Amino acid sequence: MAHPAMPLLPRPSLRFVAVWRRNALVWRKLIVPSMLGNFGEPILYLLAFGYGFGSLVGDLDGMRYMVFIASGIICSSAMFTASFEGMYSAYTRMAEQNTWLGMLATPLTLDDIVFAEAVWAATKGLISAITILVVASLLGLVSDARALLALPVIFLAAFTFGALALVITALARSYDFFLYYFTLAVTPMLLLSGVFFPLTELPGWVQGLALALPLAHVLEIVRPLMTGAWPDAWLPHLAVITAYGVGAIILATFLIRRRLLR
Amino acid sequence: MSAIRIDQLRKTYDGVHVVDGVDLEIAPGEFFGLLGPNGAGKTTTLRMLLGMTPIDGGRVEVLGLPMPEGERAVRERLGIVPQFDTLDPDFTVIENMRTYAAYFGLSGPSVEARIDHLLEQVNLNDKRGARIDALSGGMKRRLTLARALINEPEVVVLDEPTTGLDPQARHHLWRQLRALRASGVTLVLTTHYMEEAQELCDRIAIIDHGRIIACDAPSRLIAEHIEPWVLTVGGAGAGDVLQRELGAKDRAHQVADTWLVYTTEPDRLRERLRALGHEPTLREADLEDVFLKLTGHELRD
Repeated sequence: MAHPAMPLLPRPSLRFVAVWRRNALVWRKLIVPSMLGNFGEPILYLLAFGYGFGSLVGDLDGMRYMVFIASGIICSSAMFTASFEGMYSAYTRMAEQNTWLGMLATPLTLDDIVFAEAVWAATKGLISAITILVVASLLGLVSDARALLALPVIFLAAFTFGALALVITALARSYDFFLYYFTLAVTPMLLLSGVFFPLTELPGWVQGLALALPLAHVLEIVRPLMTGAWPDAWLPHLAVITAYGVGAIILATFLIRRRLLR
Repeated sequence: MSAIRIDQLRKTYDGVHVVDGVDLEIAPGEFFGLLGPNGAGKTTTLRMLLGMTPIDGGRVEVLGLPMPEGERAVRERLGIVPQFDTLDPDFTVIENMRTYAAYFGLSGPSVEARIDHLLEQVNLNDKRGARIDALSGGMKRRLTLARALINEPEVVVLDEPTTGLDPQARHHLWRQLRALRASGVTLVLTTHYMEEAQELCDRIAIIDHGRIIACDAPSRLIAEHIEPWVLTVGGAGAGDVLQRELGAKDRAHQVADTWLVYTTEPDRLRERLRALGHEPTLREADLEDVFLKLTGHELRD
């Protein structure tokens, strides 16, 4: 008798919250080293580049360099945090600790688990963004309350980066594999998306490349919100981030099912 | 209604029929054993039963629900003790229990009471705050069993639960499993220990090359498939004696430098061997003899 093939689209249930909660409980136990990594390093970048470069560069796009770079650091830090969580931490739970295998002995399905991992990666990205936002506003680098509107955008973006990382995790045979993704995707996005200098300084084709990837679109929305302006054409930017996120979660779920349910 | 019903189940990996037309019916409250050499298809059959491996052909019904379509509803009523340790190393004993309960959507005072009761049952109450890497192998297995019982399952599936345990730990686990059996839970067990299967199971299926080659109560398997007595003799010259003296219905099998003779009438042969200076030992045939007869003596990897 033929069996219906597994549905192509993921069908997570609300049970995913239990998986998210599990990760949150572990994070709470390791909160000091975890926060130091997700928060300490970006703050160092902000201060070093902001003060060090700031006096050389002067104003950029009509704002102090430190103000310019604060929004860049928030976005790139959310990207890094979510990517790390979706790769190193999720891979550990999948392949090293058999955590997911244990979950599959309960009513949870892989669809729940993969979705929960992406939401958890988004949560960690958001936590790091919030802490940096607090420091930035204490340093007077944030214009007004519009900056709070950046947070949901960052949460969505971090979900996208977490889901993209889970695609890589699904294909990884060891931790070394993640270096490809960092070198070929994360680092280029960090350098070319307008984190440290305006996108417009780059040659046209590089701008095109940057706009084909999600991080530049995150900055196009977040930077105005943090510097007291409304973003232009926020909808197309949001659409690109969402499309990457939806595509990545579908692909990650499909690949992880194929890897584990065989 | 059966607790588990499998019809013509099939699974193929890279052209190899790992499970090749398995039929099984397990009654509620039964303690059922699934035996077979490595690679015979036991674990793959179990995985399809649990919805962890897509089914290539045939039907699986657990508690009346089709798999894998009914996986969530089925796993809510199932307890699973996997072959490999899946305890959460980031948590203590009690946190492992609570987190696992949460995966079933269970929390609150009644769950806390159940966790206390289960940890008491498996003798881990004084280890509540211990980290997982501080537990011995036996303790981890007991915790895995306690965890699998958190949802008061109707069916408990155990994949090689006693592999690597010392005899004390194994006997402790057997007591737990007998108690579950007595409380009406259906149990499905895979194991490589024949005396364990013989001791615990009401019925046993022997699976090899993806097919069930025998299925019955342990005592009936022994009665039907093998001569009642086994004469063991070693040392130089034993083979020559056997060649001359073996009865027409006797079967002799060499394992290293020891001979095993399966026979219905051991007395005459035993006397002859003794007369020629050998020291044969006589024992009753057991499940292991049946297993080796049906699946062969060659090594499997």
